[in-house]
Amino acid sequence: MSPQSHPTTTNDAAVNEIRRLIARHKTWDGLFGLLGIVTLLSALLVFATLFGQMLVNGLPHLSWEFFTSFPSRRAASAGILSAWVGTVLVMLVTTLVAVPLGVGAGIYLEEYAARNLLTDIIEINVTNLAGVPSIIYGLLALGLFVYQFGLGQSIAAAGLTLALLILPVVIVATREAIRTIPQNIREGAYACGATKWQMVAHHIIPYSLPGIMTGVIIGLARAIGETAPIITIGALTFIAFLPPSPFGDAEHLLSFEWLLAPFTVMPIQMFNWISRPEEAFQANAAAAGLILVVMTLSMNAIAIWIRHHFRKKIKW
Amino acid sequence: MNHLASSPAVATIALLTALAVHPSAGAAPPVVKIDGSSTVFPITEAVAEEFQKARKGAVNVTVGISGTGGGFKKFCRGETDIANASRPILKKEMDECAKAGIRYYEMPVAYDALTVMVNPQNGFIKSLTVAELKKIWEPAAQGRINSWRDVNPAWPDQKLKLYGAGADSGTFDYFTEAIVGKVKSSRGDFTASEDDNVLVQGISGDKGALGYFGFAYYIENQKKLKAVAIDAGKGAVAPTPESVENGTYQPLSRPIFIYVSEQSIGKAEVREFVGFYMKSATQLVKEVKYIPLPAKAYTGNLDHLARKKLGTVFGGRNEVGLTIEELMKREAQL
Repeated sequence: MSPQSHPTTTNDAAVNEIRRLIARHKTWDGLFGLLGIVTLLSALLVFATLFGQMLVNGLPHLSWEFFTSFPSRRAASAGILSAWVGTVLVMLVTTLVAVPLGVGAGIYLEEYAARNLLTDIIEINVTNLAGVPSIIYGLLALGLFVYQFGLGQSIAAAGLTLALLILPVVIVATREAIRTIPQNIREGAYACGATKWQMVAHHIIPYSLPGIMTGVIIGLARAIGETAPIITIGALTFIAFLPPSPFGDAEHLLSFEWLLAPFTVMPIQMFNWISRPEEAFQANAAAAGLILVVMTLSMNAIAIWIRHHFRKKIKW
Repeated sequence: MNHLASSPAVATIALLTALAVHPSAGAAPPVVKIDGSSTVFPITEAVAEEFQKARKGAVNVTVGISGTGGGFKKFCRGETDIANASRPILKKEMDECAKAGIRYYEMPVAYDALTVMVNPQNGFIKSLTVAELKKIWEPAAQGRINSWRDVNPAWPDQKLKLYGAGADSGTFDYFTEAIVGKVKSSRGDFTASEDDNVLVQGISGDKGALGYFGFAYYIENQKKLKAVAIDAGKGAVAPTPESVENGTYQPLSRPIFIYVSEQSIGKAEVREFVGFYMKSATQLVKEVKYIPLPAKAYTGNLDHLARKKLGTVFGGRNEVGLTIEELMKREAQL
């Protein structure tokens, strides 16, 4: 460092120069901020317009009967009973399959797997799978689940298909969540004499739960709106009955017949209504869309709540 | 399975495997499975709805829309009881069914009129000849016929915008065969959609538009569209239920069918459903804006069933310009 040797006047000039420079850079800062806001607002505006239009068209059509009626050729008496029940049951199967498999795979890859070529290949494939178009999953499922495993065009086949679809999302989310746990937590557990499984079960899983749940919900929110793979495996368009009840008779407390029942889901019901000649069905489609958006939004809300709730419990 | 319950993954997989091996019989009501053309869908759906109401849930009916081709694929694999078809079964599909040992009853259920439409503000088009339509739609027209004047010098120099059915639909097959003379032969630079409402929107918003689709969509959107009368050499005829019935709306009237599997008809619920279909068709077909066949066509179908007259009268080829009367004569020969 050289000692200060400039006269005061030059010094002032230098300071002014720096001030100008800062001001100029701040202008850029401001401009970028403005650009960001404009981008954000235009995205929100598009969403708000679409949602608003759907509200205007669909809201007058929402009634209790809409939820409790089967589809019909008469727009006024058509409802979404078989569609929403189908969506709920398919999502149930998807969750039951995708969560244990995805979380298990994520934990294995992060905590157990040795760093070698095989692990690298698996990792690359999992990441790539997240980008595969959903119709490809549909085609795979048509061959594998529907025909090879003989599940037919059933709720089970659809649930498994969507489970495959969101598996990469769940695995990646699990791994990201686990990576945020500091190494010294693991070392602390080992220092107290914990085995690897104890360390995973008592520390890794509970601490990464908020992140995992967020990933699961994001995956499910994607799956609930999927149409292409479900149509590919053969979901039906007109179905005016419900799958058998999951609660069986006195002999068998739970019945699993519903897994093999034919079904339809909300996006397919919407698609069918949109392509009808009668204009009244367009309003039905808007109302069904509204319900679907509400279903997705409430799933996201649950994700946010879970994240918040579980984070509060973690004390380290 | 209690000890496994703590591990949902294991439980689920075990359960699904078990189900895959032993499909449950159960006491659920029998299901009549139908799939196929989206053109026939509204009719079959209406019948299914009324049938389920009449049987008070004792029989369930499912209807899918895989398209005529997709519907036959499932039908010939024995996955469905009934196939909805907007054209007769083709040779390839007949072979497929024969290979799987699936025999079937062919039952025409209604007529549809492919309707050619222009924008309501189009003042100079009242009717079009088949030759003019061919000039507009044939593959050679691409790049050459771009305005109405290119079709007929008497018409204004307004840009011609075309709307038509998607290439996978039976409607596209029928229209190209009836107008251009060769199945699937069409110019490619038009707005194609499987969703007819997209076509309705397009034609109603574009002054120079011309397009075609099923009669039901025209009836529901009469205010936004103008139907064109078709002249096949015997004067211009507008598409109406009457002109289809008396066979003058040519060559764009077409019969639509259901195909019933011989194996399935052995099941009481399928036999009952088909009986109900033929009895209620006249009224329900009209209600969903298609053109019903004469009553004797429906009794004829049931008669074929009773006398085990299997197979098709079309020999595996699509045929254009068949009037209801000709169809009836043909079916009677089975």
